[in-house]
Amino acid sequence: MGYKAKFKIWRGDNGDGELVDYAVEVNEGEVVLDVLHRVQAEQANDLAIRWNCKAGKCGSCSAEVNGKPRLMCMTRMNTFEETDTITVTPLRAFPVIRDLVTDVSFNYEKAREVPAFSPPVGLKPGEFRMEQDDVQRSQEFRKCIECFLCQNTCHAVRDHEENKQYFAGPRVLMRVAELDMHPLDTLDRKKTAQDDLGLGYCNITKCCTEVCPEHIKITDNALIPLKERVADVKYDPVRWLGSKIGVRKSDNA
Amino acid sequence: MEEIERYRFDVVVIGAGGAGLRAAVEARANGKSAAILSKSLFGKAHTVMAEGGIAASMGNVNDRDNWQVHFGDTMRGGKFLNHYRMAELHAKEAPERVWELEAWGALFDRTKDGKISQRNFGGHEYPRLAHVGDRTGLEMIRTLQQRIVGLQQEDKKATGDYEAGLKVFAECSVTKIFMTGEGDDRRVSGVLAYWRPSGKFVLFESEAVILATGGVGKSFKVTSNSWEYTGDGHAMALESGGSLVNMEFLQFHPTGMVWPPSVKGILVTESVRGDGGVLTNSEGRRFMFDYIPAVFKDKYATTEEEADRWYTDPDNNKRPPELLPRDEVARAINSEVKAGRGSPHGGVFLDVSKRLPADVIKAKLPSMWHQFKELADVDITLEPMEVGPTCHYVMGGVEVDPDTQAAVGVTGLFAAGEVGGGLHGSNRLGGNSLSDLLVFGRRAGLYAAEYVDAAKAAGKTASVSEADLQEAIDWALAPFTNENGESPYAIQFDLQDTMNALVGIIRTASEVQEALTKIESLKVRMGNMKVVGGREYNPGWHLALDLPKQLLVSQCIALAALTREESRGGHTRDDFPEMSSEWRKVNLIERLDGDSVAIVRQPLPLMTAELATLFDTSELGKYMTQEEIDSLVQRTS
Repeated sequence: MGYKAKFKIWRGDNGDGELVDYAVEVNEGEVVLDVLHRVQAEQANDLAIRWNCKAGKCGSCSAEVNGKPRLMCMTRMNTFEETDTITVTPLRAFPVIRDLVTDVSFNYEKAREVPAFSPPVGLKPGEFRMEQDDVQRSQEFRKCIECFLCQNTCHAVRDHEENKQYFAGPRVLMRVAELDMHPLDTLDRKKTAQDDLGLGYCNITKCCTEVCPEHIKITDNALIPLKERVADVKYDPVRWLGSKIGVRKSDNA
Repeated sequence: MEEIERYRFDVVVIGAGGAGLRAAVEARANGKSAAILSKSLFGKAHTVMAEGGIAASMGNVNDRDNWQVHFGDTMRGGKFLNHYRMAELHAKEAPERVWELEAWGALFDRTKDGKISQRNFGGHEYPRLAHVGDRTGLEMIRTLQQRIVGLQQEDKKATGDYEAGLKVFAECSVTKIFMTGEGDDRRVSGVLAYWRPSGKFVLFESEAVILATGGVGKSFKVTSNSWEYTGDGHAMALESGGSLVNMEFLQFHPTGMVWPPSVKGILVTESVRGDGGVLTNSEGRRFMFDYIPAVFKDKYATTEEEADRWYTDPDNNKRPPELLPRDEVARAINSEVKAGRGSPHGGVFLDVSKRLPADVIKAKLPSMWHQFKELADVDITLEPMEVGPTCHYVMGGVEVDPDTQAAVGVTGLFAAGEVGGGLHGSNRLGGNSLSDLLVFGRRAGLYAAEYVDAAKAAGKTASVSEADLQEAIDWALAPFTNENGESPYAIQFDLQDTMNALVGIIRTASEVQEALTKIESLKVRMGNMKVVGGREYNPGWHLALDLPKQLLVSQCIALAALTREESRGGHTRDDFPEMSSEWRKVNLIERLDGDSVAIVRQPLPLMTAELATLFDTSELGKYMTQEEIDSLVQRTS
């Protein structure tokens, strides 16, 4: 290897911007983030990129490579032809701060609306006992590195800015599912998921699962089971009655 | 002067990794308001990179384990240069800190009876590391992040405002700690930070500041550390009148990736070895058997057969030498490569494929499987990895009081986690970092809160003068004024080359001296540094602000490395290859004296006689002078 690649990188701020052409050296084994760092060091010192670990563990360097939501540190250059022009643009669902960096605060604000883990009152630290089989399901969701690629891809967010106030997106709903499946959590968040976080907006097209760099089965293992549980409560007449006369634990108790 | 955003908090925590978040939680638990300032987004701190686990002697897997054994292992790992009191507190308090994480929602892997599972790791006598596959750091940061969100929800219920008690300032970098008062009354009064997105300045006035800024690895070319690790806390402690202890001790993790070049240095977790992986050279030999040092002779297996039996019968066999402390393994790999017995890309082989079934590897080491598959096209269930040493961790750090984490010489300043010095001595054991963050993060938060109460009771409310503020802002904007200077990236590259080549894993006086000369010339070049573009999310400017800190801390590392004329833990001198009992008694302390760094020798506190009884006199004799042992024996009897 060792060739000059053609890149188009989006430069600009929230007001306006444009794709700028760069010709830049590429060496064996490199990923897109390496090449952008070379552009930054040699041609454009002020090129804004957000990154940290460069090992697919922190979820900072999310962007769109040739229109596909990706971690730049996990996108290898040898997946492209040497003659390809590679276009790198910021995540589309969030406001641009500068160049490839977007304002992802939406995700943190929504995460704050999920009621926190609530273990049984009186269960002391050190006394928790859980089986591996029982923690495994939630553990899958806790692999999430919060790269927000799923949030960026979900068309209920991506193509409908107006939905953002009602719909928290797959990452946040997966957190609800994670707590729901935690063997020692005592809260019921089904109503929160449906009414406050907009679970109904998800129409299980699995776009989130497809882009997840951690290969978490967000739709199948988190969102669909969560929808089923919500539907159980909503449409099962016995449960409905139970919740009305107070024999079932109420939401957010 | 531009309009400056201003805040008042009781405590400002710089850094949002494990130590910073744990400190903030504790400050709030003690009724204090806390700001958490992070260079990155919330939940992205370097703690996420930790893989193996959290060391805590819960005894869930082997009930012989207890804090005394953990204490002993930590002291041995650090070659008895540790501050004994920190090692004692750490070993005693780690289990509670882990259980507390579980109560906040962490989901650790389980034992058969439903307790937190614990795994083997280098230098730890028993299986001791609480873990979640090989992504324990992620679990820890997410749990603490979510704990903070949970506390913010409680504050919202009570006050209507999520951020009444704890506020996170993400992508907000600190450039300076402000001081106020003179003489005995001199104390911390706040910090200046800038928002990375907008480039606008923010002033924080606070009675206490907690440094939780992590390490220094970004000054080295081959490192497992991210861009954030520029030694900010170390440098700001010096600039505020504090001191650094034993900065010569850097941990080169034995197993970083070596190929492809762009990923060189990325960490390969020690769990690979803890779970059965072995190191071999180009001749296929398990070379670690050739490198068991005298001090560890009776603790490690001498044959492959015994080493292999240990995985299933640890009570009746000695552990494999692949699990020696990290400094030993890193030096051994370095020697094998130098002797021409390395792998094709200049490392050695780490093989788990012939040791464990593919499904077990994928279950126990999912991130490693993923990392090698995606970055190197290597399937670790089928073939060996190539690995070599990478700059990973700094044992040295801000000199602190062992109980309170208060920085020596700077009233109101505290330091916890990697930025603090003392706990790990000359070498840190794997797994002792995450527990360090929790134990001393909590202590820093607690004692910072106590200090704030005392300061306020004495009428010492923090305030920063407009003149100090303006001076700090002018300094931060200066790189924009150079018309024809040099790119900060070029200077950083040269620093990384210099430190890697001359102050790396093996050192000699002449090379370290050469590094010091080069650092001086880099400082001159830095005076003529040019930043292009504006203030909004400008990484070139951000680097220009980090670089002076990197250079100062690199100078401290090199100066201490030149001064300590022995080899111990993470400091190996080719010209002084032996460990010296005389040098063991010495802490090297560095302070700023005007613009230059002064270094002095200070006695290392001698451990209490009670703690000394945890070791055989014969073992202590390997490290201590006869005089020291006599005095310990005298105190016991």
